[in-house]
Amino acid sequence: MFWISSAHAEKLMPTAATDIAYQVDSLYNFLLITSFVACAILIGGMIFFAQKYKRRSVNAKSAYITHNVFLEFLWSFIPLVIFLAVFAWGWLIFHDMRSMPKDALEIHVRGKQWAWEAEYKSGVKTANLIKVPINKDVKLIMTSTDVIHSFYVPSFRIKQDVIPGRYTALSFKATKFGEFHIFCTEYCGTQHSGMLGKLHVVSQEEYDQWLEEESKFSTLPLAQKGEKLFQIKACSGCHSVADKSVKAGPSLYQKFGTEEELADGSKANVDESYIRESILAPNAKVVKGFNAGVMPTFQGQISEEELAALIEYVKTIK
Amino acid sequence: MASSTHGSNPDVNYITEFKGIKSWFTSLDHKRIGLLYMCSIFFFFLLGGIFALLIRLELFKPGSQFLTPDQYNQVMTYHGAIMVFMVIVPGIPAILGNFFLPLQIGAKDVAFPRLNLASWYIFMAGALIAMSTLFLGKIDTGWTFYTPYSIKTGTAATIMVLAAFVMGMSSILTGLNFIVTTHKLRAPGMTMHRIPLFIWALYSTAILQVLATPVLAITLLLLAVERTFGVGIFDPTLGGDPVLFQHFFWFYSHPAVYIMILPAMGIVSEIIAAFARKTIFGYTAIAYSSLGIAAVSFFVWGHHMFVSGQSEVAGVVFSFLTMLVGVPTAIKMFNWLATLYKGNISFETPMLYALGFLFLFAIGGVTGIMLAVMAIDVHFHDTYFVVAHFHYVMVGGTLMAIMGGMYYWFPKMFGKMYNETLARLTFILIFIGFNVTFFPQFILGAMGMPRRYFDYIPAYHSLNAISTMGSWLIGIGFFLGLYVFIEGIRKGPKASANPWGAKTLEWQTSSPPPHFNFDVDPTVNAGPYEYK
Repeated sequence: MFWISSAHAEKLMPTAATDIAYQVDSLYNFLLITSFVACAILIGGMIFFAQKYKRRSVNAKSAYITHNVFLEFLWSFIPLVIFLAVFAWGWLIFHDMRSMPKDALEIHVRGKQWAWEAEYKSGVKTANLIKVPINKDVKLIMTSTDVIHSFYVPSFRIKQDVIPGRYTALSFKATKFGEFHIFCTEYCGTQHSGMLGKLHVVSQEEYDQWLEEESKFSTLPLAQKGEKLFQIKACSGCHSVADKSVKAGPSLYQKFGTEEELADGSKANVDESYIRESILAPNAKVVKGFNAGVMPTFQGQISEEELAALIEYVKTIK
Repeated sequence: MASSTHGSNPDVNYITEFKGIKSWFTSLDHKRIGLLYMCSIFFFFLLGGIFALLIRLELFKPGSQFLTPDQYNQVMTYHGAIMVFMVIVPGIPAILGNFFLPLQIGAKDVAFPRLNLASWYIFMAGALIAMSTLFLGKIDTGWTFYTPYSIKTGTAATIMVLAAFVMGMSSILTGLNFIVTTHKLRAPGMTMHRIPLFIWALYSTAILQVLATPVLAITLLLLAVERTFGVGIFDPTLGGDPVLFQHFFWFYSHPAVYIMILPAMGIVSEIIAAFARKTIFGYTAIAYSSLGIAAVSFFVWGHHMFVSGQSEVAGVVFSFLTMLVGVPTAIKMFNWLATLYKGNISFETPMLYALGFLFLFAIGGVTGIMLAVMAIDVHFHDTYFVVAHFHYVMVGGTLMAIMGGMYYWFPKMFGKMYNETLARLTFILIFIGFNVTFFPQFILGAMGMPRRYFDYIPAYHSLNAISTMGSWLIGIGFFLGLYVFIEGIRKGPKASANPWGAKTLEWQTSSPPPHFNFDVDPTVNAGPYEYK
C-alpha cells in the first residue's frame, strides 16, 4: 500500500484520486491550452499592433476601416463553436458526477458550525473523518443542522452545498489510497476556515476492521467513551485539551474542580452541573473573555448517557 | 442664468460660475453632481482598499496574524460590500456617466436634473446607513448576504441590507435619468447610430439598473422582514427555502456584473479610438453587443449555483446561456484589437490603462469561460480561482477603465493637465501589482483553496505571501494616483479644449465646459469617430 501526501504544493492541481478527477483534468488542460492561445492572439496582437502602428507623426493618417463582415463572422463563429464544445464536454462529465450509483455504500453527512459529522449505517459516528474503502461506490447523503455549508474534496474534484432542511447527495469512487482534505466552501461564520475534515481511503479489509472497532464503542468505559464523543460532537474543534491555549472557546485543560470567572463578573464552580449546563445552555454562563452565541446548544442532540460520559472525560483532562 | 452671456468670457465655467459650499450641495448641474459622486466614491474606494490591504496582510501567513476570525470575516464583508455597492456599481455611471453623457450627446444637462441630485443624496444616505454598521455591531455575512447565515448572525445584517436597498434606489433613478436623456436630449442630427459607444454602454447599463435592481430591493426587503418579524421566507426552520434567496440574489447580481463592466467597455472604446486616431472597428457590433450582453445577462444567474442543489437540467441551461454571453464579449475584444490595426497610436496614460484593460480582461474572460463549464466549476466554485477571476474582470476591467477614463477626461473636467510621467508610473505600479496579487490566486484556487478563508493549510503559504506583496504595489500605485490627481487639479498646467485631438462632442467645448456645456448648441452630421 502506498500513501499520497495530502500537501500538493508542487502541483497545479491536487492529486487526482478518482476517475472523474482525471476527466475533469483533461478538460481543464484543454481549456488551459485554448485559453493560452486565445490570450496569445489577443494580447500578442495588441502588443504587435501597438508596436507596429506607434504614432510617428501627429498628422499621419490612420486607415479608415469601419467593419469587415467576414472577419466579424469569423471571430463570432469560432469562439461560439469552442464555447459550445467545452459546454457539451463539461456537461458530459457533470452528468457522470451527478449520476448516483446503485448499491453504493451510503453514509449520512451532517454539516454543522463548524464540523463535519458522518454516520454509517452500522451506527458508527465520526467527526471530521470519513473513512471509505478503495474502488467502491460511495454515496453521501448530506444535510446541515444550521446554515449552508459546502462539502468539497479537491482531490476528487467534487463539491456540493449542504443545506438545512433538505438532503443533497454526492457520490464518488476513490481510486487512490490516502488521506484527502475535506473543506467547507460555503461561508458559514467564525470558524469557516477551520471546518476541515479528512477523507481517508483505505483497503476493504482495513475499512471493515475499523468499522468493527468503532462499533464496540458502547462497551467502552465512560471516560473513554467521553473522549470519543468529544471528537464526534466536534467539541475538540473549539476547546483545546492538551494545554491552556484558547480556540473559539475556553480550554478545558485542568479545568474541572477549579473556579471560573464569568463575563458578568461573577464566579462559578466547574463541577458536574456546570458542565452539564454549559453543554445544554451554553449562553447561561459565559466565561470571561468569550462571547455568548458562539457555541451552539446541544439541547435535544445529546443523551443523558452521553452527558455523563463527557463529564467523566472532562474530569480526566489533566 | 442665460448661458449665452458668458460664452465670450473663458474664465467663467461650471466650476467658477457659482461659489461656496452650498452652491455645490444644491447644484443641479450634472457636471457638479458628477464631481460630488467622484469625491464620495473616491473616499469609499479608499476605505474598501484599506479593508483589502488588511485582508491580504492577515493572509500573509497561515494562522492568525493580527485579526480574530470574526474580525477577519467583518473586514472581508466590508471590503466586498463597499467595493461592490459603493464603488464599482455606481462608479462609472455616477461619476463619468453623469459628467459626460449630456456632453457627449450635446445636451445642456440630463433629462431630470433634480432627480439626479436626489440620486446623490439617496446614495449618500444609503452609504451613511452602511457606514453606521461599523459602529452598530458590524456585519459578517459576506457581501452576498446568503441565508440562513444572514438571518442567524448576531451582527447588524438588517441595517446593511437596508443600506444596499437605499443605494439600489439611487441606482434605479440614475438609470431612469440616463435612459430618458439618451432618448430625448440628443443634439440635432445625432441619431442613435451616431452616439458615442460610451453612451451605448451607459444606455445598456441603465436598462439593467432599472430592470434588475428592483429584484435586489425586494429580496433585501424580504430578508429584513424575515430578520425583524420572523416571517419564514428563506429560513428553513420557519418553513422557508434558503436557496430561493440565492436565485433572487443572483437574478440581480449577475446583471449587476454587467452594470459594472459595460460602462468600462464604453470607456475603453472611447480611449482606443481617440489614441489610435482611428474610427472604431465595428461600431454597430460593439453597440449592439452591449445590448445583447444586457439582455442575455438576465438569464445566466444560475451559473453561480451549479453546486447549490439546483437540478442538472437547470445547470445545463444556465451553462449554455452563459456561453452565449461569452460571444458578444469576445466580439468586443476583437473589435478593439482591429481598431488598433493601421492606427496612429500614442501611449499617454489613458491609453496605457485601456491596453491594460484589454490585457487583464482577456485573462478575466477566458477564465470566465472555464467557470461556465459545469464540470470545471464544480472544482473551482467558491475557491480562490473565482476570486482571481472576478478581480481580473472587476479590477482589471472596471477599475482600469475608471482610471483610464479619469485621466482621459481629466483635462475636460478640471481644465488642467496632470503630470504625465507620474501618471504612467501609477499605471505601471497598479498593473504589475495587480498581476502579482491576483495571478497566484488562480493557482491557489486550482489547488483547492476555498475563498473567505481566515486561515489556510501550509501548502498554500508561498502563493499567498506573493499575493500579499502584490497588494502593497497596488496600494502604493493608487496612493500615487490620488496624489497625481490632486496635484493636477491644484497646480496642473492649463489644458486646451481638445488635448487628445478626439472627435466626440465633449471635446468641442471649452475645458472646463461652461455651466450649460456648449456656448452654441451643437448639431451633428457624422458619426463620433470620424478620423479621416
